[in-house]
Amino acid sequence: MTDTVTAGDGTAAPQRINLLKVLGPVHVWALGVGIVLVGEYMGWNFSVAKGGAYGSLIACWFIGLLYTCVAMIDSEVTSTVAAAGGQYAQAKHIVGPLMAFNVGLYLVMAYTMLEAADALVVGDLLTIVAGQFGHEGLDPKPFVVLTILGLAWLNYRGVFMTLTANFVITAIAFIAILVLFIGVEPWNPGKIVHHEDLLTDLPYGWIGVIAALQFGMWYYLGIEGTCQAAEEVRSPGRAIPLGTMSGMITLLIAATLTWWIASGLMPWEYLGQAGVPLYDASRLTGSVTLQVLLFVGTLFSAVASANGCINDASRSWFSMGRDHYLPVWFAAVHPRYRTPYRSILFLIPVAVSFGFTGLLDQVITFSILSGLLGYTFMSLNVLKFRKQWPLDSINRGYVHPFHPMPAITLLILCGATYFATFLGYGGSLLSIMAFYIVISIWFHFHRYQYVRRGDQFTMPWPKPRGY
Amino acid sequence: MFWTLLTYLAWGLSAFIAIWMLVDAYRVGQEYDEDILVSSREGTDELLDKD
Repeated sequence: MTDTVTAGDGTAAPQRINLLKVLGPVHVWALGVGIVLVGEYMGWNFSVAKGGAYGSLIACWFIGLLYTCVAMIDSEVTSTVAAAGGQYAQAKHIVGPLMAFNVGLYLVMAYTMLEAADALVVGDLLTIVAGQFGHEGLDPKPFVVLTILGLAWLNYRGVFMTLTANFVITAIAFIAILVLFIGVEPWNPGKIVHHEDLLTDLPYGWIGVIAALQFGMWYYLGIEGTCQAAEEVRSPGRAIPLGTMSGMITLLIAATLTWWIASGLMPWEYLGQAGVPLYDASRLTGSVTLQVLLFVGTLFSAVASANGCINDASRSWFSMGRDHYLPVWFAAVHPRYRTPYRSILFLIPVAVSFGFTGLLDQVITFSILSGLLGYTFMSLNVLKFRKQWPLDSINRGYVHPFHPMPAITLLILCGATYFATFLGYGGSLLSIMAFYIVISIWFHFHRYQYVRRGDQFTMPWPKPRGY
Repeated sequence: MFWTLLTYLAWGLSAFIAIWMLVDAYRVGQEYDEDILVSSREGTDELLDKD
C-alpha cells in the first residue's frame, strides 16, 4: 500500500511510494531457479569439451560448493539487509561507496547480458523450428526484441504477476528434466543410457578439469539473484533464506541429473560441442513426447531466465539511483504497479543492443565474469560483516554454519575459476577488469560528489564493533 | 508465408508494447509530482509501520 496523509480538504494524498511487499518464498525460489535453469539446458556442456565427462562432473560439484557458499553467505547477510539491490545494498552498508558502485554495476551487467543471451536463445530456437518446417534463414531479431519487450512489460506491470508466471514456467522446465530422467529408465542401465561405454578417463588430465570450472558456473549462475527481492518479500528474514537454499538444492539435483542423462547418451566429444544438449538427449531416446517436452522446457527456461534477469537488473539500477550513485530519476516507483518502471524501461535498449550483437559467447562470458567478481566480493564482505557485527549484535533470519570456512572456500574457488577463465578467455578477463577500473575512476572523480553517504546507512544496526 | 507473417507480427507487437509503456510512463510523469515518484525509501517496512 502507498503511505498516505490526509490533506486539509479531507482527501488522502500520497506521501511515499515504496515497492510492494507481496512476495513469498515460492517467488524467491522462482526468481533464483528461474534465472539459472537455462544453464542446465545449455552451456554447462562446454565444460565437457574442456575436461571430459568426469571433468565436467567434478566441475559441477566444485562449482556447486562455490554456489552453496554463495547461497549460505547471501542468505545470512540479506536476512539483515532487507533492501532492493541485493549485494549492492550489502556492499554500501558493510564496505563503502566505491565497492557498492562496482558491485551494483557487476549485477546490472551480469543480469542484462544474461537477459540478452536468453533472448538470443529464444530467437535461435525459433529459427531452428522454422528451418525444420522448411523456412530457412528466419531472422531471429524480431523475436529477440519481442522476448525482451514482452517480459519487460510483465515486469513493468507488477512483481507478483511477474514472479508467479516465472514460478509456473520454471516448474515446467524443472519437471521436464525429471521426466526425461525417468524416460531414460535409470533402473535399466545399458538399455537407453550407456555410461559404461561412454565414460572415459580425463582426456586432458587435471588441467582440463581446472579449465572446466569456468563453464561449470552455468549450472548455477544467477542463484544469488534471489536477494534482489528482499525489499518486496513479506518476510525477508524467512523468505530469502528459505527460497535461496531450496533453490540451491533444486539446482544441485537438476545439475546432477542433467549430467547423468547427457553423459549416458552422448560421447564426450559430441556433448562438449552440443548447442542444446538436453534437447539432443531427448531426441536420442526416440520419444516424440520427450522431444516436445524438452523443447518446451528449453524455451521456458530461457524465457524464465530473461524474466528474472529483468527483475534483478532493474532493482540494482533502481537502488543505485535512489542513493544518487546514478541520477535519482531512475529511482521512480510506479504509483499503480509499484515497480521501478524507469529502470525497467532504461535497460530495455541496453539489453536489445547486446542481443543484436549476436555474440552469444562474448555476452555470456562478460556476464559470468561480472558474476564472479561479485562472488569474490561476497567472501570478503561476510568476513568484514561478522567481524564488525558479530552474531550477538544483530538479529539474523539465518546464520550460516562453519564461519569462516564458507568464505575462505568461496575465495579459493573464485581464484581457481579466475585461472580457468584466464586459460580460455584471457583477453575477455583483462578487458572486463580494465572496464571496471575505468568506470571506478569515473565514479571517484565525477559521480561520488552526488552520493549522500549519511543517508545510505538505512538498516537499524548498532555501530560496528571497533567504530 | 506463415513465418514471414509471424516476423511482422513480432515487430508489430514489440512496437505496441514499447509505445504502451512509454505513453504510460509519460502519463505517470504528468500526473504525479516527481518528489512523490522518487519518494521510495530503503529500510521502511510497511508491515512494521502499521503496528
